[in-house]
Amino acid sequence: MKRNRKITVIGSAILVALFAGSVEGRRQVEKIQGPQATLDEVLYLPSGKTVKRLSLGYSSLMADIYWTRAVQYFGAHHLAHSEHYDLLYPLLDITTDLDPQLIVAYESGSIFLSQRVPEGAGQPDKAVALVEKGIRANPSHWRFYFTLGFIHYMDRHDYKAAEQAFQKGSEVPGALPWMKVMAARMAEKGEDAETATYLWKTIYDTTSDNMIKDNAAKHLISLRAEADIDELERRTKAYRERFGQNPAGWSELVRAGLLRGVPMDPNGVPYKLLPDGTVQVEDPSQYSYLERRGQSPGK
Amino acid sequence: MTSRLSAITLNTFREAVRDRVLYNLVLFVLLLVASAPVISQISIGMEKLMLVNLGLSSISLFGVIIAIFVGIGLVSKEIEKKTLYTILARPVRRWEFIAGKYLGLLLTLVVNAALMTVGFYLALLIFIHGLHPADGMLLVAIYFIILQFMMMVAITLLFSTFSTPIFSAIFAFSLFVIGTFGNDLRISAAMSQGATKWLMTAAAYIMPNFALLNVISQVAHEQSVGGQLVLFNTVYAVLYSVAVTAAAVLVFERRNLK
Repeated sequence: MKRNRKITVIGSAILVALFAGSVEGRRQVEKIQGPQATLDEVLYLPSGKTVKRLSLGYSSLMADIYWTRAVQYFGAHHLAHSEHYDLLYPLLDITTDLDPQLIVAYESGSIFLSQRVPEGAGQPDKAVALVEKGIRANPSHWRFYFTLGFIHYMDRHDYKAAEQAFQKGSEVPGALPWMKVMAARMAEKGEDAETATYLWKTIYDTTSDNMIKDNAAKHLISLRAEADIDELERRTKAYRERFGQNPAGWSELVRAGLLRGVPMDPNGVPYKLLPDGTVQVEDPSQYSYLERRGQSPGK
Repeated sequence: MTSRLSAITLNTFREAVRDRVLYNLVLFVLLLVASAPVISQISIGMEKLMLVNLGLSSISLFGVIIAIFVGIGLVSKEIEKKTLYTILARPVRRWEFIAGKYLGLLLTLVVNAALMTVGFYLALLIFIHGLHPADGMLLVAIYFIILQFMMMVAITLLFSTFSTPIFSAIFAFSLFVIGTFGNDLRISAAMSQGATKWLMTAAAYIMPNFALLNVISQVAHEQSVGGQLVLFNTVYAVLYSVAVTAAAVLVFERRNLK
């Protein structure tokens, strides 16, 4: 009994030491291989169809794994403010080859692809290709037409293509009535902030994906700030025309009856009035999609 | 002690040979010979790449299958046939029995892989018409496959010390599958937060990571494998295998065989 206990104690100690050593060895290998170790492998795969054949019938499971990899890839590059998302489209293409019915991969993937660098991959043409692939595989999913129209409108600025996408989508059984409204709106107007706000609001209200919802919210507050800045600069211009000089601060605009009080941005922070009469947000980092974000203090 | 250990090791090896385990070599040769003409027909300019991928993947898969299906019976078969009592009645310690079984099966797999390697290089020589200095890197991939065998044998042996053969096979195969996605597990752990992160990181390090030992794609594309990677992969695989074998010894030491 005593001998057994001795063996157990010695064995356990050896086991723990060896395991700790193996963990350290493994960490060194991981350091050498880097975070791209898994993702680099996909470069060697000619197509999703090959992966599908190799998956021995477990293609849905493989699709889930590849989708996870695509999200991880996008997330890691997004956090690092990377300008290169070279593997994103191949990963999404493989994912949707493996499971053509994986709706989330088309919807979220196309948003990842279409947005400008560094918020996205800046590859709207590839995003269109992905959504069109989704439409071919899932012709009854009318939301894909909305996504397609959205990308044509927002990122490709091709209003005719956007109109056609919304129109086609509105003809799919089950499509919500506002698809027709969107088609009409595209035909009527080109680029305007109101339409952009309407599109992002629709995404915000209808998506169940938290990442997309968060992104839509960021776009919405940036659009609101953009509209505020336009309006404030218009009033500053009116002041200049009346008094022959730019206002020194918001109080002068208030005294002149052009403003009711100090204007606040969507986060409740006062806007910044510059000596040349232009307006900026105080913290540009809060407005990723604002066109005229200005420079951060100190820059 | 050495003589007792080597006796159990050699007996395990002989038993595996008697069980016609090495017959898989015939299947391996047939696979290479039969697939080569097909490969040349369907893969313009990719014959070598496909032959390398097929050859190395087969060496790995055949070995893992042998490790699991022979490994699960290493202890249970001895108990079933009651030969274990004869062995332990002699001056053989339980840890020597486990270590001997481990080394015996590993020896079988190394011999098997060595013979397959000869066949694989012959196939390259015949079908690709020659070998190049870069083909030496293929040996590194085969070395990593043997490191993978070391870990798989230890895992299977651990399960065979306390479970039935069928459950041992299921557990070992599951760990093999999890291990091949080891990098995904690690990346998922890194991207989690709070307590989930700690739990997933712990799970990622307890599970084997076979993805680290897989350089088949790399060598198939004639890319070199760094010396540091060879060194640390060796350290990882050896220490992990010995740790798991030590766990098998601990379980077996406490097992009531009466």
